[in-house]
Amino acid sequence: MTAAADKPRLTRAHMLELLRQMIRIRRFEDKCAELYTQEKIRGFLHLYDGEEAIAVGVIPVLEKRDRIVATYREHGHALVRGVPMTTVMAEMYGKQEGCSRGRGGSMHLFDAATNFHGGNAIVGGGLPLAVGLALASHMRKDDLVTACFFGEGAVAEGEFHESLNLAALWGLPVLFVCENNLYAMGTALSLSESETDIQHKAACYKITSETVDGMDVVAVEAAARRAVHAVRESRKPYFLECRTYRLRAHSMFDPQFYRDKTEVENWRPREPIIRFEKWLDASHMIHAEDVARVEAEADAEIAAAVAFAEAGTWEPVEQLTRFTYADRAAG
Amino acid sequence: MDQVTAQAATKETTYREAVREALRDALKRDERVFLMGEDVGHYGGCYAVSHGLLAEFGPERIRDTPLSESGFTGAGIGAAMAGLRPIVEVMTVNFSLLALDQILNTAAAVRHMSGNQFGVPLVIRMATGAGRQLAAQHSHSLEGWYAHIPGIKVLAPATLEDARGMLWTALQEPDPVLIFENVMLYNLSGKLAADAGAVDIDKALVRRPGRDISLITYGGSLWKTLEAATALTAENIDAEVIDLRSLRPLDDATIIASVSKTRRAVIVDEGWRTGSLAAEVAMRIVEQAFWELDAPIGRVCSEEVPIPYPRHLEQAALPQAPKIVAAAKAALGRG
Repeated sequence: MTAAADKPRLTRAHMLELLRQMIRIRRFEDKCAELYTQEKIRGFLHLYDGEEAIAVGVIPVLEKRDRIVATYREHGHALVRGVPMTTVMAEMYGKQEGCSRGRGGSMHLFDAATNFHGGNAIVGGGLPLAVGLALASHMRKDDLVTACFFGEGAVAEGEFHESLNLAALWGLPVLFVCENNLYAMGTALSLSESETDIQHKAACYKITSETVDGMDVVAVEAAARRAVHAVRESRKPYFLECRTYRLRAHSMFDPQFYRDKTEVENWRPREPIIRFEKWLDASHMIHAEDVARVEAEADAEIAAAVAFAEAGTWEPVEQLTRFTYADRAAG
Repeated sequence: MDQVTAQAATKETTYREAVREALRDALKRDERVFLMGEDVGHYGGCYAVSHGLLAEFGPERIRDTPLSESGFTGAGIGAAMAGLRPIVEVMTVNFSLLALDQILNTAAAVRHMSGNQFGVPLVIRMATGAGRQLAAQHSHSLEGWYAHIPGIKVLAPATLEDARGMLWTALQEPDPVLIFENVMLYNLSGKLAADAGAVDIDKALVRRPGRDISLITYGGSLWKTLEAATALTAENIDAEVIDLRSLRPLDDATIIASVSKTRRAVIVDEGWRTGSLAAEVAMRIVEQAFWELDAPIGRVCSEEVPIPYPRHLEQAALPQAPKIVAAAKAALGRG
């Protein structure tokens, strides 16, 4: 990869693609929230509203052969990575056509075809896994990058510190992406960390770190290009803190006692889609009909995904215990 | 293998050396295999199991880790998921509690949770058990807890053959395997076939055939149970001793066949009695062979206390041959 490849391509086509992916995630999740109220989707549902620029800025920078570890707020990551929306929606329904056969639901989207190593619902639990995937790269001397997404809440976990230390100590190609949305469920960062500047923690482990406005998709992409390039070339970890804000509740059960409505309202104008649209409009890169077209395309894809999920089937109860262990008959 | 010349040849060895030989063999046979854990390299292993392996295989494959049980166990899971065959050594079961999240929430769950897209062919070894006067925080026997978890397999090698042979078979498994090595066995010495190699990890074994009562045990308690069986001959009681070997899955067939023959059973388990593996074995006997029984099932477990430091109290807390003899006699109505 050359230095030129580190720079975002500010072409109209590329800008439209970034916008399209963010709109796709937002509208998919709006639909999920609606389906949740209809009890089509059950369990926990964690929405990414306000944070879309991170997945959209980082994931397309990765190569197909690279690996991704995500959290329980991972619908956007899966969609941008190329997990078909049909199978993601079927997974939300719990249907066996889902990307995890319906067994994981919203928090456990997996897809081997795109090296999507899952939604992990234990805060911090994905970091050691990412370190291990990168350890395999290190020992095999391949050139893969493992991208690991986690929230700022994970920073309080021991696994965060253990993983950063191991990655730095052993020189492992992990891109740590901290999605700092300021709240670990309902606990503000300032109530849980003595040092709230998270990239300092990475620096303590001698990991190159950078903070970026996580609601500016172009800035995220530019940072991601630098970061992925650095990891791929140096075979060492890199830490990218994306500062963002969760505009919706933590999950569908969250009454949000911990923050004022005005705080959320103040963040709303900074959210990544409207902001990007305004910037593109001011730069004369898009027209109103572009947005309308992208939205219509997303809606059509979502409608098809819902139809796919609705038409999906329940895994027979007889298969309940299947794949607790590998099927040995086939081997 | 040259069966004709090798079959009769034996060598004097120890349990520790047998595990080391198993590690060396695995590292030689499969370049995807590596050993990772606290003090496995420069120190040579807390129990000297991996002594010399660093010099032989180098620091990439004999990988010393920081005191980060969750971190390096999780790293083993990731590396296994990516196609390597890591052997993670958690120094002792006591510290494995710090890695329990990774073992339970990731290693055991991911195949089912991902709809069979990802598996974790990982082996985790750890020392278990009491008897070295290490007090409450270093004397646990929690293998029964791990045997509670679907998605993993749990082994307890008690003999030189199993110490030598279970590892390679475990490494061929597509799913996580935990191997518990009782700390009191590392110095166990005896003869081992010079060509000793892989053994099955599915079956319980009759270590001593008998007709009057089935003594069912595993791991470090096997030798105390065999000692009890010998003592019982003086009482004209012929005890059969079953070594479970695999704690998950349990080999019901061997257990039930034995109990159906002897009609009496005592289970010996170094775990605490309440909610123990012994309780599980007993219940399986009740479920599958209730009408074969001539007496209530007995149990010899650890006393329900944190294991104390003074030798006399520690020994009193653990299953011992006299307790096993007493339980067997009670089951035979000779108490």
